[in-house]
Amino acid sequence: MAAAPQTPSQTVGPFFGVGLTRPAQPQNVLVNDLTEGVRIRIEGTVFDGARQPVPDALVEIWQANAHGRYRHPLDAGPAPLDPHFSGFGRCPTDSSGGFSFETTKPGAVADSEGRVQAPHVNVTVFARGMLVHAFTRLYFSDDGLDADPVLALVDAARRHTLVAALADDGRRPASYRWDIHLQGDRETVFFDA
Amino acid sequence: MSGGASKRDWRVHPPYLHEAYASTVLRSPRQPLIPMASSLSELTGPAFGTDAVHPGDADLTRIAGGSGEAIGQRIYVTGRVLEDEGHPVANALVEIWQANAAGRYFHKADSHQAPLDPNFTGGGRCLTNADGEYRFTTIHPGAYPWNNHPNAWRPAHIHFSLFGSAFISRLITQMYFPGDPLIPLDPVLGGVPEHARPLLVSRYAHEVTEPGIALGYRFDIVLRGRNETPMEGR
Repeated sequence: MAAAPQTPSQTVGPFFGVGLTRPAQPQNVLVNDLTEGVRIRIEGTVFDGARQPVPDALVEIWQANAHGRYRHPLDAGPAPLDPHFSGFGRCPTDSSGGFSFETTKPGAVADSEGRVQAPHVNVTVFARGMLVHAFTRLYFSDDGLDADPVLALVDAARRHTLVAALADDGRRPASYRWDIHLQGDRETVFFDA
Repeated sequence: MSGGASKRDWRVHPPYLHEAYASTVLRSPRQPLIPMASSLSELTGPAFGTDAVHPGDADLTRIAGGSGEAIGQRIYVTGRVLEDEGHPVANALVEIWQANAAGRYFHKADSHQAPLDPNFTGGGRCLTNADGEYRFTTIHPGAYPWNNHPNAWRPAHIHFSLFGSAFISRLITQMYFPGDPLIPLDPVLGGVPEHARPLLVSRYAHEVTEPGIALGYRFDIVLRGRNETPMEGR
């Protein structure tokens, strides 16, 4: 079949709250009391190239469940599904550029060649001023990351931009800090996925 | 694991940095994107069921539970969602948002001195049917001023958000209206390479127009899809 050209991307603009987020139904809590695995909190701030917070960004995440299984027909297991976990979350940044998610720690999943990847969360970032969204990944500072095949694609000096830091303040659920820098000397690694 | 995915086609998508759209200057990544092969992480993605939408969500001219009707030129906006090998995408979640007929968003950050419409929030959603078709009833949005440059006005547009079959299918875009004189002046659409801009302009569709009721527009959307190899079609 003849390939049709992809529809071009456009910015999400400043007013996406009208259509994508409803304060009465927050979409940044991916878990309930019955969700399997270790409950975690991810929080961070989106910054621009002048290191100013971005108060009108939208962060979306997609992840495997605690067993390392995606809720999708293409993932045939054998890791089990969790009936109390879909894996998708969405959070608009607040007036201070902040976002947060409550989720479960994802299990490890293999890449297309069967190599095990470290547990990670897939992330898309949208904002006013971004004509195209950006793809990135979040890894966890308390996991072994040295063998991860995607991190291996990244210059060692920039890998830290993909690693969320476990707060050692004893908070429960365990809380990870991960900021997104759209530009500048701490620019987050973005992928042409 | 089945094949890979089509790549983002940078011949049609805008770049991150497009200086005519001033907000891109500090919000554009400057480091080269790092190419990566697709794994299950990129080839899977969220699915939405009928619980994601409610009856009436696709009719923006009425607020659920309300009795009034939005002011403006009533229109139908319909089209198909395809993946780039041409397959329709069924059960794709389509979310839209737009300004009212006066060019004002129902949003606290919109300071445009144009009236709000008590019968119009401007948000809607639906799932595509088995043929990949979606359909909304709404009103023609107004153009509105913004601060990008002196005497800047956005052409009338409807924002579209789409989920396809995979994480990498995700798309947010804007649909414009044919014949709008503001289109050639708009730096947001202007970020798209010139040959690809017509892909974002809807088509007036007289066969969609309903006599005495509403004008019809068609806008088809092509998402990135998985490359399915013929060998897998058992």
